[in-house]
Amino acid sequence: MTAEGFWSLDPMNLAAILGMALVTLATRWAGYVAVARLNPTGRFKAALESVPPAVLTSLVAPMTLATGPAESIAAAITVLAAWRLPTLAAVILGVGSVVLLRAVMPMA
Amino acid sequence: MRDTPSSPAAASFASEARRGLIDILPLLLGAVPFAMLCGALAAQKGLSPAELGLMSAAVYAGGAQFIAIEMWASPTPVLAVVATTLLVNARHVLMGAAIAPHLRHLPGPVRALYITILTDESWAVGMRRATRGVGLSPGYVLGMIVPFYLQWPAAGVIGCLFGGLVRDPARIGADFVFTAVFLCLVVGLWRGRHSTAPVLAAAASATLVHLAVPGVWYIFAGALAGTLAGALTAPRTAGETRDDG
Repeated sequence: MTAEGFWSLDPMNLAAILGMALVTLATRWAGYVAVARLNPTGRFKAALESVPPAVLTSLVAPMTLATGPAESIAAAITVLAAWRLPTLAAVILGVGSVVLLRAVMPMA
Repeated sequence: MRDTPSSPAAASFASEARRGLIDILPLLLGAVPFAMLCGALAAQKGLSPAELGLMSAAVYAGGAQFIAIEMWASPTPVLAVVATTLLVNARHVLMGAAIAPHLRHLPGPVRALYITILTDESWAVGMRRATRGVGLSPGYVLGMIVPFYLQWPAAGVIGCLFGGLVRDPARIGADFVFTAVFLCLVVGLWRGRHSTAPVLAAAASATLVHLAVPGVWYIFAGALAGTLAGALTAPRTAGETRDDG
């Protein structure tokens, strides 16, 4: 690749990238700023405490529940392993089982 | 005065930073093939390495970048790309709100940097540390977020230049690393019956919306449903006494 090719910056692409960066920055700061000065109690506190399991579960739901048997079984193995083993061991076990299971099972 | 190589504070900063790096390392190793794939896809869409590097450094949000690059065309659909990015990253609003109470004791610049480059990964690892009673230290946060930040644009540009290096992360199971680590984090964050409703509501809503609606609405739908379920099933005294089991 030529040096010009490497460094080429199209104005429209630049506008899109800057727009993406600005809206992402806004999402990162909005919730933090809204809560930073509050002392959450009651149901609001319970809601905030439910955000981690809710967000994490949502992010993994399609891969875990709606991709195929290999992914679902590997996910179950990961969860069982995570109860007993350190995270790294459970992750290695989970990723190892998905590679093996995909090799012996048809992809959905 | 004796010449000490490092004060206790510096030593504890270093050991905290090492702890943070160790905790994020599995996620970092899982992210590198995706950063390279992101770069390779960007090259196919005609983005230059400089443009991809700038995007990865300034936007720094994997899911949004993959979807935006998928939509990339000539002329650039600026509005559609920006609007989709906003939707994909809307979950950050909930995430920032959830972590805010755990950051008050941190120095301002560390707090600001953490929020500015917040990711699913650094947020989830930080939340686990904060809610296990250990608390977040500046060293831990920086040891976690700085290496994770640097790999993304660096590996992205490499992928953009040598597109053929990573064709299919699924072949080595890299696409499952993210899922496996997040499942472990859900287990780590499990708080008995307090967690049952949020997890079940999020799993059901995210799966149904994923199957029924194209795009990334499932993330926000599941996050919102799980959060509401947690609020609605909370005992009345939730603010005062909660066991941290």
